[in-house]
Amino acid sequence: MKTKIKLRVNGVERQDEVESRLLLVHYLRDVANLTGTHVGCETSLCGACTVLMDGQAVKSCTIFAVQADGAKITTIEGLATNGKLHPVQEGFWERHGLQCGYCTPGMIVAASQILERNPNPSEAEIRHGLEGNLCRCTGYQHIVEAVQYAARQGAGARK
Amino acid sequence: MAGKYVGQRVKRTEDPRLIKGLAHYVDDVKLPDTLHVVFVRSIYAHARLRKVDTSSAAKAPGVVAVYAGKDAAKKIGPVPCASALPDLKVPDYRVLATDKVLFVGHPIAAIVANDRFAARDAADLVSVDYDELPAVVNEEEAAKGGPVIHEQFKTNVAYKLTAGEGDIDAALKSADRVIKQRMVNQRLAPVAMEPRGVLARYLPGEQELTIWTSTQIPHLARTQLALMIGIPENKVRVIAPEVGGGFGSKLNVYGEEALLGWISMQLGRPVKWIETRRENMQATIHGRGQIGYIEIGCKNDGTLTGLRYNVFADLGAYFQLLTPAIPTLTGLMLSGAYRIPAIQINVTGVFTNKMATDAYRGAGRPEATYVVERAVDLVAAELGKDPVEVRRKNFPAPNEFPFKTATGLFYDSGNYEGALKKALQMADYTKLREEQKKARKDGRLMGIGVSTYVEICALGPSQAMPAGGWESATVRIEPTGKVTVLTGASPHGQGQETSFAQIAADELGVDINDVTVIHGDTSIVQYGIGTFGSRATAVGGTAVLVAIEKLKEKAHKIAAHMLESETGNVAFREGKYSLSSKRAKAASVPEPVLPAGEAPAAALPNPSADGKGVTLQDVALAAHLAKNLPPDTEPGLSATYFFEPKNFTFPFGTHIAVVEIDRETGEIKFLRYVAVDDCGKVINPMLVDGQVQGGIVQSIGQALYEQVVYDEQGQLVTGTLMDYAVPKASMIPWFELERTETPSPVNPLGVKGVGEAGTIGATPAIVGAVVDALAPYGIRHLDMPILPEAVWRIIHKKSPSRMAS
Repeated sequence: MKTKIKLRVNGVERQDEVESRLLLVHYLRDVANLTGTHVGCETSLCGACTVLMDGQAVKSCTIFAVQADGAKITTIEGLATNGKLHPVQEGFWERHGLQCGYCTPGMIVAASQILERNPNPSEAEIRHGLEGNLCRCTGYQHIVEAVQYAARQGAGARK
Repeated sequence: MAGKYVGQRVKRTEDPRLIKGLAHYVDDVKLPDTLHVVFVRSIYAHARLRKVDTSSAAKAPGVVAVYAGKDAAKKIGPVPCASALPDLKVPDYRVLATDKVLFVGHPIAAIVANDRFAARDAADLVSVDYDELPAVVNEEEAAKGGPVIHEQFKTNVAYKLTAGEGDIDAALKSADRVIKQRMVNQRLAPVAMEPRGVLARYLPGEQELTIWTSTQIPHLARTQLALMIGIPENKVRVIAPEVGGGFGSKLNVYGEEALLGWISMQLGRPVKWIETRRENMQATIHGRGQIGYIEIGCKNDGTLTGLRYNVFADLGAYFQLLTPAIPTLTGLMLSGAYRIPAIQINVTGVFTNKMATDAYRGAGRPEATYVVERAVDLVAAELGKDPVEVRRKNFPAPNEFPFKTATGLFYDSGNYEGALKKALQMADYTKLREEQKKARKDGRLMGIGVSTYVEICALGPSQAMPAGGWESATVRIEPTGKVTVLTGASPHGQGQETSFAQIAADELGVDINDVTVIHGDTSIVQYGIGTFGSRATAVGGTAVLVAIEKLKEKAHKIAAHMLESETGNVAFREGKYSLSSKRAKAASVPEPVLPAGEAPAAALPNPSADGKGVTLQDVALAAHLAKNLPPDTEPGLSATYFFEPKNFTFPFGTHIAVVEIDRETGEIKFLRYVAVDDCGKVINPMLVDGQVQGGIVQSIGQALYEQVVYDEQGQLVTGTLMDYAVPKASMIPWFELERTETPSPVNPLGVKGVGEAGTIGATPAIVGAVVDALAPYGIRHLDMPILPEAVWRIIHKKSPSRMAS
């Protein structure tokens, strides 16, 4: 059975008919064709699928698309504004916060939320805030530095 | 060589697409009309397949085809193993199980449907009738007897191998002390964040099969897949698009890759399979898996006399590409950073009802380093000496290189004392030991662990490799002056798009943004070997450098011709060929080589020469227009080089871990982590730091958190990331990193490789620190992962049985 959903993805209004069991991440990747959001574990552990739903960082592999009906979704593709990178994106580039890049979209989205809630987090707060996102390449130190860099650019003050 | 780019912290050129979410991993490549594949996999570790009934699945909505074992087995060759060892028993590994299943996750059937959901639904309709057999789980027991996995071999022992030099019996006999210890390197899962994935498309008209696959070795995969499927290699194109981590798990050729290619040929449509994490834990290779017994002999002054390692290697049910070879790498590195006159390894490779082990970051060398470093710690504990002192006592001096080991290697260069000294200074070791004394008095459990590792990298000379150890590069300067580098290496996070561009930009005197590095497509790039074994920069980067030198020889001749001079009067500097000043006046301005108004060259600028100099870009244009080249000069400006290294490289370093244990919970907390690594010359220090940090965290994983657990029925207990403990950011300390720089004489770049250093060097330092913290309880060794429960039991002296009752 299909359900009609209406939502805003990266500022674009969308209406689609989806199967009830379709996960938000598959909706974003296969229906909206936004493949920057990745699937890494299917058990809500790795955070590669993290997106913002009404401003809240969520794991899109454990949310049905129908649950996002009426929501505003921001994916990694929608984080830059007017072609300018989000400070967290900049930080990841400046501080080598990524290697293979697979966890990166989820990491960046999660980190943007950390800074929105706490514009000047300590190292421990950053590490704690990223507990829901696994990275197998970087060892996290450069990710911490990337978030600190973004904090210095005033990422948290940004709306 | 240090330059404008080389040696600098250059930001990665690959990052913009990755941080914007615009990169293309296999699952992001979408072709119209694609079918999706889901596998039915064994739920038992060991069973006879009585019947596999796919009839209901075949009739399910959206299902296009269903293939079971025997359909495919007749058509597709076995999964390849490239290791050749004497008297090796090689099982016939088919892409789908035929008569028996031998591990949980063993593929039995493939469902092909219009979308992944229809395929997944239909998979539940496949009825598999199993006759369960007793599972073989423990490699040590399996070597002694019990049920046999491969009946035709009549044993679970796949091979036995003895290696090493020197009279080990005499060495141990003549030692003042001999210390023995059982040591376990537990099975680990590589857990690349991107699981595997394959997209295959067959074009019947062109008769061309293209396979997009998440691999570290596109060319080797192409050769093997062509052989497996039985089509000409030049009709197969393998593309490794963006690859989301490998760590050795994608240094392989998997049955799924061949099967997908074959299915796309049967159906004439593209087919895609994306591995789930559960499948990844079950059916992507694991690493480590050694139970060993060491005997180390020493003199009372700490001089090491001999080391023997008797090891049972858990190979799994079948061989993947390098499975049996991994323990042989352990054998090669058993001398560690020390002078040990006699060394012997006795490997017993054992089949078990589990997924195959193979190369996981470090691949046999972390096992060796762990064994040697732990052994040296045991010697220190036995003699009541500081572990640093025992290490120092046995280091070869810098002037003893190339240093010959009793494992048959020649270490290229090294200054082990230099790295150790620097690390001790950074950590303030003497003060740390004082703090530890005080902490112990206060009842606090503080421990310090030191590892002085050496690793074997830049794999390697072809004589010592199963399928070629060289690497290739083509460097082209296009008519517009842009530089294209094609590398046979296949980076997947290591950053060679940047580091190779750094080399090219410096050597050619161009802006780094004018260089593009292309890799991972067998139809574009000349044959290459791939990225693994810390080889891409040392071997592949050297190929780039030498290709550029070849290209510049030709460019130099053309430039001299353009300047109407002799090559000896022309010098290259910062991207420009110039006449030496005395000759500059004598040369006249050359005629324009390009008639105006002729298409398509009209769109190109004229090659310009002001009589004093020409830029490399001018030379490139002239080389392509080919209207005024020196006699007998081939048009075009491109060079290819296949670099064959004459030896491996041997990076080294010192890692120091400082931990404190919480008495109440047994939890282990890092107080400091200091590392000094020496990977020879450094192209990009930022990338080197990243490699080291990531490697250390995988070591922390092995030391404290990670283990693949199969229960006694061979069921995989750690089947998801909820059960398999990949370290999180909050579990990781801040790393204090420095380097020393001892160039390698093996390649002109002087680089050694760094991809595996952290994974090799760190584990024994961490375990050593925990053991040191628990020394007041008489602890000298603990098996990994050291979980808080085990630590708590030591502190509280309660045995598991007493706790249970």
